[in-house]
Amino acid sequence: MSVTYIDAIREAQETLLRDDPRVFLYGQDIATFGGAFKATKGLAEKFPNRVFDCPISEDAMIGLAVGAAIEGMRPIVEMQFADFSSIAFNQIVNQAATHFYRTGMPIPITVRLPSGGTPGSGPFHSQSMEGIYAQYPGLVVLTPASVSDAYHMLIDAVALDDPVIFCEHKFLYRWLKSKSINDDHLPIGQARIVRSGKHATVVAYSAMVHEAVRAADRLQQDGWEIEVVDLRSVKPLDIDTVLASVARTGRLLALGEAFPWGGVTAEVVSRVAAEGFHLLDAPPQRLNARDTPVPYHPKLWAAHRPTPESICEALRKLLTF
Amino acid sequence: MLRARILENKLSSLYKAGKIVGGVYLGRGQEAVSATLGTSLIQGKDFFAPLIRDQAGRTAFGESLLDCTRTYLGSAQGPMRGRDGNIHRGRPEMGMPAMISHLGAQVPVVAGMLFAKRLQGTLDGRVGATCIGDGASSTGAFHEGLNLAAVEKLPLVIVIGNNQFAYSTPNSRQFVCADLVEKARGYGIGGFSVDGTDLLACISVITEAVRRARAGHGPQMVVARLLRLSGHGEHDDGSYVPDEIRKDHYGRDCIEVAIRQLLENCHATADEISSWENEFSDEVQRAVAQAQQESPPDPYHEDWTALSTRFPLPASQPTAQPVFP
Repeated sequence: MSVTYIDAIREAQETLLRDDPRVFLYGQDIATFGGAFKATKGLAEKFPNRVFDCPISEDAMIGLAVGAAIEGMRPIVEMQFADFSSIAFNQIVNQAATHFYRTGMPIPITVRLPSGGTPGSGPFHSQSMEGIYAQYPGLVVLTPASVSDAYHMLIDAVALDDPVIFCEHKFLYRWLKSKSINDDHLPIGQARIVRSGKHATVVAYSAMVHEAVRAADRLQQDGWEIEVVDLRSVKPLDIDTVLASVARTGRLLALGEAFPWGGVTAEVVSRVAAEGFHLLDAPPQRLNARDTPVPYHPKLWAAHRPTPESICEALRKLLTF
Repeated sequence: MLRARILENKLSSLYKAGKIVGGVYLGRGQEAVSATLGTSLIQGKDFFAPLIRDQAGRTAFGESLLDCTRTYLGSAQGPMRGRDGNIHRGRPEMGMPAMISHLGAQVPVVAGMLFAKRLQGTLDGRVGATCIGDGASSTGAFHEGLNLAAVEKLPLVIVIGNNQFAYSTPNSRQFVCADLVEKARGYGIGGFSVDGTDLLACISVITEAVRRARAGHGPQMVVARLLRLSGHGEHDDGSYVPDEIRKDHYGRDCIEVAIRQLLENCHATADEISSWENEFSDEVQRAVAQAQQESPPDPYHEDWTALSTRFPLPASQPTAQPVFP
């Protein structure tokens, strides 16, 4: 018996619907159909009038969630793909994210974004938008990389009084399996060291954590010990854990699947350079996707995002600087 | 509507005297529509998301004049505490959300407030209303929000004040249907047209739209034809409005029409109206004076955080409290 990452997300939503009458689910094709990725399979039957199909209106979906949150609910909105949240961008960054600062009333909505690339998905079903949302004040941006984190962090996200952008990785949905959901979970905002090492630190999040671990496995054969930090939450960013790791290794590679201009990896490098310059034995490095739309063909796609090969190459350069 | 007009005239003077930073946006010419909507709603039960020309509706719905003057004059004691200004204010906990500048965005928010009440089993004949202009009817947010409210069959009343100009852009560059109310049919919702300069007509039509929404007939749209009797803001002289439009029927002042209607129908005497003017002027003076005496926000005492959650969180997890507030 094993639990996949998408199972964990479904389980978390079932737990939330069962335990908290304020929770409802709103999204496209999520009721009887169970969602494009089946993250809500069976929930509409189990929880009548708590799981709603809605029109293809991303802006209005978030607007409705904000209004419901004002009146005491805890909506979870499923964007069918993270990419489509661009239509809801205004409601997310201008309505939900400014509300507490402006009025003193927080907006506890959780927006689930099926994020990241999978082979053949192309430019409009593959995006990683965590960096864009993290740039705006007033949002919490989460990027779970493990089955247990997918479960616990979704439950914790709904418990937070602030709006949460919950970036789930589509590649992990069925590929990532675990024997069970364990009890070992950290609070939101705390990073986790998923592999310890002493020669270099890779700071990653979401699916890139697994690519980093693969690269670290390969380099271990050459005697390099690579530490991998899973940020878990890109905002707030646990810079203390990152700095402590860089203090041990002296070298930093920030790894992300999003486009290369700015974003989470740039933030990590900039903070380490500003706050931990004295800890560095080599210039801190970043590795991201390429600066083009995410391509359709699997061969192009595989070369667009960081891979264990490109991560190893970046690390070797860093290790021999 | 008279109270709002007197307040807004004062705001305009304060702006021109350099006492208000940012902009001043008036509802001059739209008071009959806005006040009628505000009085058609039940404070403490209904929801009202006003827009930029709804001083009259805000006041009618129970917003204090101090909320207005404090926000315009930057008092730290206002509902927005200096963090937002002018018409970008509200009291969401009292059913009046604070608008954002992006037009049409409040439509789904009001829908969501109503949706929550339905889920909580307390919809109970409640309605939610919001106002927009002819310009906002071109936004995607308006379309998405209204269609969604129709799909969810929510008791939403949307009042479109067609004041003929979106900032400087005339109707001819905004839409080509003969009347905006035609859009109601497309959404499958109730549609009403009214002369927005005629208070008695507004009372009859808007009250009926609110009644229908309250009775469970789904969203209702009211299109009020009128003319903005000011610029977009007080920085704008509105010189792009042609004289023939100013002189036509909709260029008349709804306050003058309303006073005439009150006198003709013996609802009030000239003396009474005059005493209202004095009373409201005093109220406005007091609200302005108090806000002017209050301290502005202090940047050194701001917490400069946009989140209510304080990170880092303790190791013990926050737990959801499964109780309705």
